[in-house]
Amino acid sequence: MLEQILITIATAATPLLIAAIGELVVERSGVLNLGVEGMMVMGAVTGFAVALTTGSPWLGVFAAVIVGALFSLLFGFLTLTLVTNQVATGLALTLLGLGLSGMIGEAFVGQPGIKLSAIYIPGLTDIPFVGRLFFGQDPLFYVSILLTVGVAWFLFRTRAGLTLRSVGDNHGSAHALGINVIGIRYLAVMFGGACAGLAGAFLSLVYTTQWIENMSAGRGWIALALVVFASWRPLRVLAGAYLFGAVSIGQLHAQALGIGIPSQLLSALPYLATIVVLVLISRNRRLTMINTPASLGRPFVPDR
Amino acid sequence: MRIELVRRPQHSALFSALSPFIALGLTLVAGAIMFSLLGKNPVDALYYYFIDPLTGIWDPGNRWQLHELAIKAAPLILIAVGLSVCYLSNNWNIGAEGQFIIGAVVGSFIPVVFPGWHSWIVLPLMLLLGMLGGAAYAAIPAFFKVKFNTNEILTSLMLVYVAQLFNDWLVRGIWRNPEGMSFPGTIRFSEWAILPQVWPESGRAHWGFVFALVAAVVVWFMLSKTLKGFEVKVLGQSPRAGRFAGFSSGKVVFFAFLLSGALAGLAGISEVAGPIEHLNEKISIGYGFTAIIVAFLGRLNPLGIVAAGIILALTYLGGESAQIAIGVSDKAVRAFQGMLLFFVLACDTLIHYRVRIAGAPAAKAAETKAGEATQGA
Repeated sequence: MLEQILITIATAATPLLIAAIGELVVERSGVLNLGVEGMMVMGAVTGFAVALTTGSPWLGVFAAVIVGALFSLLFGFLTLTLVTNQVATGLALTLLGLGLSGMIGEAFVGQPGIKLSAIYIPGLTDIPFVGRLFFGQDPLFYVSILLTVGVAWFLFRTRAGLTLRSVGDNHGSAHALGINVIGIRYLAVMFGGACAGLAGAFLSLVYTTQWIENMSAGRGWIALALVVFASWRPLRVLAGAYLFGAVSIGQLHAQALGIGIPSQLLSALPYLATIVVLVLISRNRRLTMINTPASLGRPFVPDR
Repeated sequence: MRIELVRRPQHSALFSALSPFIALGLTLVAGAIMFSLLGKNPVDALYYYFIDPLTGIWDPGNRWQLHELAIKAAPLILIAVGLSVCYLSNNWNIGAEGQFIIGAVVGSFIPVVFPGWHSWIVLPLMLLLGMLGGAAYAAIPAFFKVKFNTNEILTSLMLVYVAQLFNDWLVRGIWRNPEGMSFPGTIRFSEWAILPQVWPESGRAHWGFVFALVAAVVVWFMLSKTLKGFEVKVLGQSPRAGRFAGFSSGKVVFFAFLLSGALAGLAGISEVAGPIEHLNEKISIGYGFTAIIVAFLGRLNPLGIVAAGIILALTYLGGESAQIAIGVSDKAVRAFQGMLLFFVLACDTLIHYRVRIAGAPAAKAAETKAGEATQGA
């Protein structure tokens, strides 16, 4: 029973974690991409459509990652090359993604999808109580954990990670040192897009295995909030994602038990929790000041 | 080949005026490509999108379509005018959809809870309650921003989902019409609670459109002719300069959010007291989000927003007629609107920068020469 609950929490947390880790890298490079929701929903529809037409869920995942990265390039071109306002452009990406995905997905509404099956290792998966939790989940769960650890290592233990953080903290100085600010930011934005696409594929290939319009249902925005909540630290993103996973699974269980609270108010809990958490974290002004990438959201035009 | 931007010494007045039109033109081209990819004749599709809803201008038989245009444009303009004040002052309220819904809910209180109250005062009270409701809901992210420095983008957006769920609970629960055949929704409002139509002879456009025009003119005046407007713009462009001038940024945060919340709330109650005539679970077709596009297409100028609101309303109506006439999915409308915002933002770059394609040898040579010339001077 406990194992089952922990697994469902992991299933709710994984898409948030993947998308938030991607956005964390983007923001560490000094770019605020509010288009996570749009890239995620594009990933969801692409993953579903490709998996269904080719019969291979892995091809679906692959396509979702590619489409997520390509879609984020639109944002990158506008904000990095044309120096448009990042907030407005991110919103535009979300609106465009929601619109396009609705159009692409129309043919797939109501069709049964293909599930990315959970892994099975004889012996290990069969261990009582913990076997399925550690050795029997869907493959993307393991990807999400590896991604988190990998990004943490990259950002704080490698030279390239240091370069990326320096671009996010002071793009002027980084540029003066001969670092290609725009190039690094393009790569970061595409990484964020790929992650959001992967998170979307998780939604339509693992979480529900069908296509529903707007199926990301605000998860892209919650991922953005998680990055702030985690004060731009990968391991704290992991903790935050599981906290949110627990809240959303908790409210689902409460709905199933029928404890007399209207289901809509329970469904609002994850969104309300996001607000509460954001307020609590931002009350501590010093903590946020220290960790926020100093160039976050600022336009950069190299002087020549 | 590389694209380089060269900052203009002053922003270009020519491109300030032209950029929305260039963006519209590019959107039409991209739209034509999109429709051909969908296997539709692009000329037909664009005709149904942008011309067919306007045939009422010369054909009295189709005049009702202009009324429908005004009905769709009213909430877009009302919301976008409020958002322009927010965005000019650097307050990123993206939760207008939620403020719209809460305005509609709070304004519906009287006709739903006191359906027997028949008096001329009902309607003004409803409109007032709608504005108060929207403003109060917008005050939440404003309060958190001023008090705790909480990111208003995320809080205002989260509140949209909360508002949608709250409204859903009301119209399926305690406010549900017992005779509604299990459809979610409240009872139909009494005639005292319905916004009158402006010209009932030719169509059903209601006073919401008039509110939108009045709001646009008043806010335009406020922004361009009063100290308050100056304060809004200075604090948006340079908070530091604003503080030196003695302007309180906290007060302006509240001002912008309360104003835009009130206008979104007014749009919400006008929508339910106007064309819908009762509260249900799908009162908005994304007006709060489309209004963001309207605000930018109107270049954050309330008068420009009136024109932009009509154009975006056209896409809603055109989407319907294109669906009926040639079977283009109604889902294309939102993709179309999203593209428009992209092009608007991209074209705004031309106002502040000259775009230069660098890398071609000839251009390089000219550049060096120009560089030497300026150094010599």
